[in-house]
Amino acid sequence: MAANANANSGAAPAVNGRAYPITDHTFDVVVVGAGGAGLRATVGCSQAGLRTACISKVFPTRSHTVAAQGGISASLGNMGPDDWRWHMYDTVKGSDWLGDQDAIEYLCKNAPAAVYELEHWGVPFSRTEAGKIYQRPFGGMTTDYGKGIAQRTCAAADRTGHAILHTLYGQALRNSTEFFIEYFAIDLIMDEHGRCRGVVALKMDDGTIHRFRAHQTILATGGYGRAYFSATSAHTCTGDGNAMVLRAGLPLQDMEFVQFHPTGIYGAGCLITEGARGEGGYLTNSEGERFMERYAPSAKDLASRDVVSRAMTMEIRGGRGVGRGKDHIYLHLDHLDPKILHERLPGISESAKIFAGVDVTREPIPVLPTVHYNMGGIPTNYHGEVLTKRDGDPDTVVPGLMAIGEAACVSVHGANRLGSNSLIDLVVFGRAAGLRAADLVKPGESHAELPAGSADLSLSRLDRFRHASGGTPTAELRDRMQRTMQSNCAVYRTGDVLAEGQKLIHDVWRGTADVKVTDRSLIWNSDLVETLEFDNLITQAVVTMEGALNRQESRGAQAREDFPERDDKNWMKHTLAWIDEARHAVTLDYRPVHTYTMTNEIQYIEPKARVY
Amino acid sequence: MAQIALPKNSRVVEGKAWPKPAGATRLTEFKIYRYDPDGESNPRTDTYWVDRDDCGPMILDGIIWIKNKIDPTLTFRRSCREGICGSCAMNIDGLNTLACTKAMDDVKGAIKIYPLPHMPVVKDLVPDLTRFYAQHAFIEPWLHTETPSPEKEWKQSPEDRLKLDGLYECILCACCSTSCPSYWWNGDRYLGPAALLQAYRWLIDSRDEATGERLDALEDPFRLYRCHTIMNCAQVCPKGLNPAKAIAEIKKMMVMRQV
Repeated sequence: MAANANANSGAAPAVNGRAYPITDHTFDVVVVGAGGAGLRATVGCSQAGLRTACISKVFPTRSHTVAAQGGISASLGNMGPDDWRWHMYDTVKGSDWLGDQDAIEYLCKNAPAAVYELEHWGVPFSRTEAGKIYQRPFGGMTTDYGKGIAQRTCAAADRTGHAILHTLYGQALRNSTEFFIEYFAIDLIMDEHGRCRGVVALKMDDGTIHRFRAHQTILATGGYGRAYFSATSAHTCTGDGNAMVLRAGLPLQDMEFVQFHPTGIYGAGCLITEGARGEGGYLTNSEGERFMERYAPSAKDLASRDVVSRAMTMEIRGGRGVGRGKDHIYLHLDHLDPKILHERLPGISESAKIFAGVDVTREPIPVLPTVHYNMGGIPTNYHGEVLTKRDGDPDTVVPGLMAIGEAACVSVHGANRLGSNSLIDLVVFGRAAGLRAADLVKPGESHAELPAGSADLSLSRLDRFRHASGGTPTAELRDRMQRTMQSNCAVYRTGDVLAEGQKLIHDVWRGTADVKVTDRSLIWNSDLVETLEFDNLITQAVVTMEGALNRQESRGAQAREDFPERDDKNWMKHTLAWIDEARHAVTLDYRPVHTYTMTNEIQYIEPKARVY
Repeated sequence: MAQIALPKNSRVVEGKAWPKPAGATRLTEFKIYRYDPDGESNPRTDTYWVDRDDCGPMILDGIIWIKNKIDPTLTFRRSCREGICGSCAMNIDGLNTLACTKAMDDVKGAIKIYPLPHMPVVKDLVPDLTRFYAQHAFIEPWLHTETPSPEKEWKQSPEDRLKLDGLYECILCACCSTSCPSYWWNGDRYLGPAALLQAYRWLIDSRDEATGERLDALEDPFRLYRCHTIMNCAQVCPKGLNPAKAIAEIKKMMVMRQV
């Protein structure tokens, strides 16, 4: 252990005349986030002999990976012929050709090994009669390059994320991971050479500040669904790592691509897995019509999520919504064998009962497209290393910093993620980040001194909010942000509405100066933490709106009514967005999509019309 | 005689009655335990009124509404709001449960909320679960195998997989353990229903090869045998699991390996 590890340096920089004592820690690697990606990376780094810390604002099994239901994709071929190339084709098509094909090849090729590894670690997958891992159909997953329907999504009933997260937590325990639980990461430590040197965090149960110095900092902080009013995402999905990256002067990528899951429970927003349709469920409108047959004649209810969400929105707009307000759609499972429901969909049967008062064996579930996943995030290569664009090089690696999971934009999901491709993304790239860290860092390698004032950014931010005494409570600002994003940056977008949204969301951003925090304590100050989270969300909301307004085409989750066609000539490129906090300004630029594969085992898949 | 009253500084006193929201017609009363670790004052119960026409149906919706609209200092854990992450476990209307899956309408009269019982309170409804987590870690919640791993998956028949149902779904919310009188008294040495449910989940997994070692680790007058089949665990489990039954199964395994 380094001599100065875990030393309490006592005196500390004074901010606004107030001193915050800082406790210092030194590790080879620090992972921020303990969901599926963070835990997998932590285990990998630990196994490579690297001294690894895992920081999380919630106990690991509370992370939002736990809520993933339907499954994890991998071409195991347990239910019939399958091939990772078919998986790759589906993922590229799902991404509407915005995904980087070298990264997609890496994902699909490594997927089966990653699933077997999870199984060897103890994940209680459902089984086939032959005792193999059970796989179900999922949206957009096909055989033979679109010809048939694949059964590729490995499932543990409809609690796959829960089963995987608890198993990964067990593996982290087995590898004696040093957890720092209920530590809220505030900001990255960047040095004058642009290298990331670690992270500063607030220990929630006593209010102390902890500075983690590390050779590699791995952000696995998840998505920012809570920028919207109605999301399947947990309250804690506030994209803290994304916002730290923005404040560090680095860009986020493709933030305009926000996935709406077709089947959030109407009102509550809780998720009903796509696996419900995979097991034979279907959607109907007020006329009882299975309308997906019109929109996607071949895949029907198992078309890609963006396609189904748009179809549902069109039905509701056409006056064919169900319910008193004709403002939602029905999901039918009542024709399925109750035994199948009990065995394969027990969790959503329970959720439908609790949150919609529906007995799924008798009645349809009221559902509505609901914000679910962020394709955009921190740009990385397929090793998990964070990228920026510098001096014209769009693939400049930011030394010392990695990002994985929903926080990252590798980009394997491009403009639209396929269901069950996120869980596989977590473990494949969590593993990749561990391997890369093992390449880059020698265990116990000495650390250079941290730059002077390394915690200043964090402390000034913390102090400002802790003593914030403006006129607008955090909850009110958050509500305005969420309603603006919901109404002005939804499933369908137009220039006028986005321009109005741009003005409104910038008003909220500037309004942050007037925020009011009531709780002044240091022990478990959730008012303060929610304010830091809101401050993280608002910058991501702003770049999301700006990206959506700027991108004049329709691709995947970005559906512009004023630009209904995909425009490969002008827009087959990634958006990059930087912020200037002081000026409340956003700068946009672009990176080319990787139009090449990783190896010769598969050729680049040329763009074509996306029909399901 | 043992002193059974709480120490003076732990007695819960009547706290602040917050004003009813203006203009609301449909109101629900909440009485919520508050504890401020910074001050010297006793824990208290504050009274709040929630405007039901401006709020979702669940207890968690209610306390979030209070935090957003009335008192931002009210402190509790929450995350998924759909009963899968286990963050918002608390004692509601006298029973441990998840605030997110319990409807306000399911409680008659004022909704009384306390932190999970018999745990150190960090602040308000936030208990310190360190020991609870350590007990879960103690049972080694991972697959132990000696046989070299196959190239693909370990085979498991649907029948063997079925044995894990009712066990693996545990969300570590701690409702069961903190409702168990035996755990209240001997929580330092008795592992408690949640950890033992997980112990059985790995014992009964057809892929696991450490049954003997796992049973050895539990062969102790306290770790396992402090379960007196009071069954509070099964009554309160928000996921409908039955830890008491799992504990009975472990005890059976202990007996069976003797004969």
